[in-house]
Amino acid sequence: MNLQRLFAGVVLAATTLTLAAAAPVDILAQVKPGTPAKPAPAKVVQIVITNVAFENVNTPLRVGDIVEFVNKDSFDHTATAKNKDFDVAVPVGKKARVTLKRAGVIDYFCRYHPNMTGALPVRQ
Amino acid sequence: MFRRFTPALAVIALSSTVAFAQGAKPTDPQIAHIAYTAGQIDIEAAQLALKVSKNKDVRAFAENMVKDHTNVNKLALDLCKKLNVTPEDNATSQALAKQAAAKRAELEKLSGAAFDKAYIANEVAYHKTVNEAVEKVLIPSSSNAELKSLLQTGLKIFQGHQQHAEHAAMSVK
Repeated sequence: MNLQRLFAGVVLAATTLTLAAAAPVDILAQVKPGTPAKPAPAKVVQIVITNVAFENVNTPLRVGDIVEFVNKDSFDHTATAKNKDFDVAVPVGKKARVTLKRAGVIDYFCRYHPNMTGALPVRQ
Repeated sequence: MFRRFTPALAVIALSSTVAFAQGAKPTDPQIAHIAYTAGQIDIEAAQLALKVSKNKDVRAFAENMVKDHTNVNKLALDLCKKLNVTPEDNATSQALAKQAAAKRAELEKLSGAAFDKAYIANEVAYHKTVNEAVEKVLIPSSSNAELKSLLQTGLKIFQGHQQHAEHAAMSVK
């Protein structure tokens, strides 16, 4: 009887230890870069074009997010990435969307007016 | 011999246009006329390019020149109407038109890659000259705030055209 209790106690302790040991491993897996357990859902961030300029973005951007360019200017423009990740026409009064493919600072400009420039800081 | 001196003459003619404009401060009705004329000249040059050129980059540039300058000129005419201003012809507008006619005659003789190269080179030079005049003469001389603001917007657009032309110049080398 005593032996049985002792055995049960050992099994219980071992199980608890295993669970306790397993928990930190899971937490580590969550913080490990590149393998998030629950990735942040992709969001849509608007960049308004007015007076021959792109609006600055203050929202933190992540890979997979969508940037929506909204042309409220009197002229047609494009949003063209220097690294060629995207190149969309944004006519007067129209919107155009691009999906962010990679992390890093993505520099972009308007092909019609290359003096119009912007930068998108994108995190993984 | 004549051909060799033409570009030099063009530069002198353009420089004297700017020099004139700097000498005599233009009035708002004159500024409106100069800005409109300068835009119209570029639209006509672009229309010639769309007739002659087969180069994708040159055509894209020309199409944008027609669109943007038509747009700016429409905004200018709308503003004149609103302010009850009648654009007034003047020596600077006339010098610009004369210069443009000479350039057009030159371009009309060309075709293919020679045309593309000459058209884009002229667009770079033309925008550079006009932008300088807008920035240093027309904007400081304009007395109406709305006219000044439209010229400032126009300048940003035209500076963009100059850079676009400079990029296009690299593809027609």
